[in-house]
Amino acid sequence: MTKNVKQQAGEAKHPLEDLVRMDRIPHIWCSGCGIGSVFSSCLTAIKNTGIDYSKFAMVSGIGCSGRGAGYINIDSFHTTHGRAIPFATGIKMANPDINVIVFSGDGDLFAIGGNHFIHAARRNMDITVICVNNMIYGMTGGQVAATTPYLARSATTEAGNPESPFNLPLLAYAAGATYIARWTMLHTRDLADAIVAAIHRKGFSFIEVLSPCPINYGRRNKEKSIDTLKNYHDKTIIKNGADPVTLDIDYGKGVILGKFVDIDKPTHDEKYRKIYLREKE
Amino acid sequence: MKYWRVPLDADEIKVVRGVVHIIEDRCKGCGYCIEYCPQGVIEFSKKFNAKGYHPPVVKADTCLNCHYCENLCPEFAIFSVEKTERSL
Repeated sequence: MTKNVKQQAGEAKHPLEDLVRMDRIPHIWCSGCGIGSVFSSCLTAIKNTGIDYSKFAMVSGIGCSGRGAGYINIDSFHTTHGRAIPFATGIKMANPDINVIVFSGDGDLFAIGGNHFIHAARRNMDITVICVNNMIYGMTGGQVAATTPYLARSATTEAGNPESPFNLPLLAYAAGATYIARWTMLHTRDLADAIVAAIHRKGFSFIEVLSPCPINYGRRNKEKSIDTLKNYHDKTIIKNGADPVTLDIDYGKGVILGKFVDIDKPTHDEKYRKIYLREKE
Repeated sequence: MKYWRVPLDADEIKVVRGVVHIIEDRCKGCGYCIEYCPQGVIEFSKKFNAKGYHPPVVKADTCLNCHYCENLCPEFAIFSVEKTERSL
């Protein structure tokens, strides 16, 4: 059984090395990619919860961020495309003591697996979903995604994207999620705190994390990764409890970050046990 | 750090200092740690690492052990540990 290890001062070893499969490092993520930072914040959050590592499971779908499950040194599952949430639902139903974290990208969670997301939120499955939103299908070569901003260039929209992107927190809100937050990979501490809160929150928790894709998004849109980070720093507004309708990503008027929803609702597991297993509360 | 006047309670105040450790061969040269270090402690070095990137190098000893480089680095290649406390 793995115990949470506290890093001693003066030790010349990265403090997260006990949570990473070091034999697989360096990872595949490009120079300037934000997924590594989000992953690092997620590991810090897992460490900060103080819960034993054997009580966690991480599930990922397909995509660049789907590699997260392969790099974490706890129980993890790399599932088929878009099916991370059904797999996580299965783990949670079979063993409700496990804290299930879904770490995946915007394409996997909202385009290929969009239906699974809304139904898991509707049922209020007790899982934590971390969506790394880089606004493009990065791994497959930069095709337009369901989250690509209006007029942004991609491999399949050379003259600009004619479609409107999803407002992910609004989607999660409408489907009934009990914890919704949005941060960027630059807000590492807020993000780690949000993930800790989401793990402790009973019910469906959703955290959207904005992250740069310098190769497949930035290159076509004349945006170096450091420029994207400057946008995250200068053109974002932290507004906790903001109305989800106002949360579309538009750097012209400012992108709103923060914790938007944090409510208490009976989870699917509790309701199921009450009705079918006749368990008393 | 040099002060123009030493505070009266200087002997009671402890300043936290950190030491930055860089694992050079993991670095992919994104420059985030250099851009966002609040004290400007690190800079790009002239040399190359095994992958052909310029890893950062520590240029000043003013690190306050805020761990921000450690949190931001996507490669697990930089971290800071607390130096023994010392007075002003």
